[in-house]
Parts: sequence; C-alpha cells; structure tokens
Amino acid sequence: MKFAVLVFPGSNCDIDMYHAIKDELGEEVEYVWHTETSLEGFDGALVPGGFSYGDYLRCGAMANQSNIMTALKEFAAQGKPVLGVCNGFQILTEAGLLPGALLRNKNLKFMCRTVQLKVENNNTLFTNEYEANEVINIPIAHGEGNYYCDEETLAKLKANNQIAFTYSNDNPNGSLADIAGIVNEQGNVLGMMPHPERAANEIVGGADGLKLFKSIVKQWGEQHVNK
Amino acid sequence: MKKVKIYVTLKESILDPQGSAVQGSLKKIGYEEVADLRIGKYLELTIGETTRDIDTIVKEMCEKVLTNTVIENYRYEVEEA
Repeated sequence: MKFAVLVFPGSNCDIDMYHAIKDELGEEVEYVWHTETSLEGFDGALVPGGFSYGDYLRCGAMANQSNIMTALKEFAAQGKPVLGVCNGFQILTEAGLLPGALLRNKNLKFMCRTVQLKVENNNTLFTNEYEANEVINIPIAHGEGNYYCDEETLAKLKANNQIAFTYSNDNPNGSLADIAGIVNEQGNVLGMMPHPERAANEIVGGADGLKLFKSIVKQWGEQHVNK
Repeated sequence: MKKVKIYVTLKESILDPQGSAVQGSLKKIGYEEVADLRIGKYLELTIGETTRDIDTIVKEMCEKVLTNTVIENYRYEVEEA
C-alpha cells in the first residue's frame, strides 16, 4: 500500500508520519508538496500536524486553499482513506471533508501529554484492529483542539457512529461530547487531534497508534490483494 | 478604490475562553461592571477597480476563507478609500 504525506509550509509532524509508515508499518510512503495537483498512484493520504501557514487566520483555513486540496477532495470522494491528525484534522474540517470546527482549548493552554482514548467505533477502516471500547494511550500536542459542531451535526455523528475516538478519563481541551476523532459519513475520512504516528513504537512510550495504520492496511489488503 | 472593514466574532453560543480570561483580568483590577467580553478579529482590505459587485465579492471571501461560518459571524462596512 502506498501512502502520501501531504506537506504544507509549517507542517512539522510530516517526518513522524513518514517514519511511522515506512519504518514501523513497512509500507510505501512519499511526501507530496502542497503545490502538487495530483494524488494519482497513492492508496491512502495522510495530512500531518503542525502549523500550516503559521496557523494564521484560523488553523487550516489557508492550507485549504492549496492546490493539493482539490486532489485530496477527489481522492476522498473516491472512497480512498484520508487521515488528518491535529492540524491535519483542522484542515479537513476547513475543507468540508469533515463536519464541525476546532476552537481554542477551554483552558487556553497548549497541552502536550499522553491521554487515554476510548475506541468508540472499531468498525471503521481506521479502527478495525482495535477492540470495541478499547482504551489506548496516544499523545496530544495542541492549543486549538476543542472540537465543536452544532446540535444537529452532533446528533448525526452519534446516529451514524461517526465518533471514532473519545477522551476516556480526562478531556484535555473541552471538546463537545469528549470527541477526540470523527469519521465522515462514508467512513473513509478520519480526523483526530491526538497523534497516532507518535505512538508507533514501544521505544517512544507506546505503540497503540500503530494499530490505526495497521487497520488501514488490513482493510486495503482485503479489498485489493485477496480478490 | 473601496476600503472594506470586516469584523469577525465568535457566535454567541460559542464559549470564548480568551474573552472570559480578559474579563476576569478587568474585574481583578476593579472593573466589576464589565458584564461580558468577547474577542473577535478585525480585517481591513482595499479593493481596486472592479466591475463586480462589492457586496458579492466580500460575502464570497468571508464565506470561503475569511470566516468559518460553523463558529463565527461577520459583518462589514464599505467606505470610499
């Protein structure tokens, strides 16, 4: 399986993402600069964290204007897996690929620590390697990770099982319904504030994030290899 | 040439922790009468010669890029520059 790691000016988790895929997962991966216009040849797209365009205006708002985003929207519409982490999640909401928006953390602080997440839905292409309701440890690092959407959208997210992860025992940013990560209606786009790519090897304190990438590869394999 | 002044504020229903923190600070130094404080953004832009309708352009820009209508409201004023 071949992954693209999108790189914007200011992305800073792109190397972590590349490392997780290449060295920990053992799959193919390439960086794709934001001025590119195509994602042809890739099977999955990863939008990493960081401070794209300096986080000016709103986190992700300017990144959404990049050339590569048109290709990413087509890629997502084709049902291919798209994962956005942290600023990547913010970019996906600004692009309309995921509902809602990210606000400043409730306590106004930048938070950087490992948190416990509960796998709310293990029936997505990103979470099939986890147990239902499994509690996992994944690091966060953000100042604006407070997920918000209106009541109608929240009801839809719940009804369609689009909430993939919630904060388990402590909600670090004040997000609505303790949401840490959501998928789109089709289930092929996941956005989350915590960083699974930073939890891909026990040597860095845990490998709970690696299962997320393994889930993507497993599902892709079932669809493409065993036919 | 037109000068456009755009004011972006968080929707009323959205908690503004930044505004609350500043309000707390004002209270601390004796301004107990401040009942509410919200922090927004101010954008100023100049639009050159165009045959397009200014209101249409400004609204388009606000909806597409300058504001996030999920969480923010905006209003604007157009002046001769």
